[in-house]
Amino acid sequence: MVREIEASEITEAVARLAVEATHFLPDDVKNAIRDAKQTERSPLAIQIIDEILENAEVARQRMLPLCQDTGTAVVHIEVGQDVHIDGGYLIDAINEGIRKGYGEGFLRKSIAAQPFSARKNTGDNTPGVIHTEIVPGDKVRILFMPKGGGCENMSRYQNFLPGSGKSAVVDFVCETVDLSGGNPCPPLVIGVGIGGTAEKAMTMAKHSLFRKIGSRHQDGEVAQLEDELLEAVNALGVGPQAVGGSTTALDVFVETYPTHITALPVAVNIQCHSARTKEAIL
Amino acid sequence: MSDSTPVTTPLTDEVIDRLTIGTHVAFTGVIYTARDAAHKRLIELMKRGEKLPVDLRGQVIYYVGPTPPRPGAVIGSAGPTTSMRIDPYTKPILELGVKGIIGKGGRGPAVRAAIKEHHAVYCIAVGGTGALLNRHIKSAEVVAFEDLGTEAIRRLEVEGFPAIVVNDCKGGDLLESGKQQYRTSDRPIPAVRGL
Repeated sequence: MVREIEASEITEAVARLAVEATHFLPDDVKNAIRDAKQTERSPLAIQIIDEILENAEVARQRMLPLCQDTGTAVVHIEVGQDVHIDGGYLIDAINEGIRKGYGEGFLRKSIAAQPFSARKNTGDNTPGVIHTEIVPGDKVRILFMPKGGGCENMSRYQNFLPGSGKSAVVDFVCETVDLSGGNPCPPLVIGVGIGGTAEKAMTMAKHSLFRKIGSRHQDGEVAQLEDELLEAVNALGVGPQAVGGSTTALDVFVETYPTHITALPVAVNIQCHSARTKEAIL
Repeated sequence: MSDSTPVTTPLTDEVIDRLTIGTHVAFTGVIYTARDAAHKRLIELMKRGEKLPVDLRGQVIYYVGPTPPRPGAVIGSAGPTTSMRIDPYTKPILELGVKGIIGKGGRGPAVRAAIKEHHAVYCIAVGGTGALLNRHIKSAEVVAFEDLGTEAIRRLEVEGFPAIVVNDCKGGDLLESGKQQYRTSDRPIPAVRGL
């Protein structure tokens, strides 16, 4: 049985997600920031954490974006294989939703059309960076992430010798966070993709950022690595906004995939404390 | 911020002397917005020996690209952007007489040295608090490069705009000392290269 979904429904959903994601900090993120105050040792860091929490309140009450960088619109859409999209092309429908959400929501348009030359602003924040996945079932799940430039620009990828093991991963993640300093707006959420190919590793790192703070990978070994990485990163002393402190990351998520016998791909994709995501299911 | 130092713009040398690392500053007066694209244009004008659209001597530059205001509002969300991207343009801007900069994150070694040399100050506002910072901006007017949209140069009137001194005129660096103070890791601190 094929289920029909109108392209316009997808457009409306994306537009709504763009506005909600940029104005309302998810509860898991807010709670994690609040909890960090209990363990934070630096008084200046605690003041900064308080301002971040107050900002979330002000944004909600006054309908102002949490951050002026309302990001690249990253959309991950899971389309059930029993769904048929009616009345338009899926990708066009998503971009139309971005156009509508960023326009009507008074969000910043931050997309430059020609990356290495004229860099003219497209004026409507399109095109989004869109990942599609065909999944079982007859639902459409839309994951929306307005991804800020400050943190995205601190992404790193490296392929290690296959026998390098866990220590190579921990060293690479710690070095990335150390070098990034205040640029990605700590406290951070850190996504790590290990295995696959270069693009697979980075896609996993990005996709892991849709997870809820405090969630752990179902594989015990991976979950343990997540705990280890979080502890190692928070020992670096970078702190909120890099002023020094014990809260450098709110969480670290790891996703893995089998890889080639010659390779150990490791990708790091960083999210700022304004860890904005929102999902809808049609 | 309860213990902040009120400062009015433009900045004088005497005021800059008092702004040591870790000081909470509350800026009141006029500040100018400029990001990478506006800096690039300013420097091109300087190179060609043309008149600049704004007199920046003694002024404070804020690295921000705000969201559009809702109808009737002065400005949208307006927090700082990453300062390091503006590192390659900062030395000539300081030579021009800019005395204060507000952004987020650290600066490379060359910029730190230039801040000391030109007796200026670099502060951070808390990144990702653009809704909160909005309250301190009383007026906003585009004064140059309107075609750059959010990246145009705006003249902002601010009241008690909060920032923290990161690089002072004596060469201090809050981020470096903060990291050392709170680091419990045995890992050596990698050198910040800057851009």
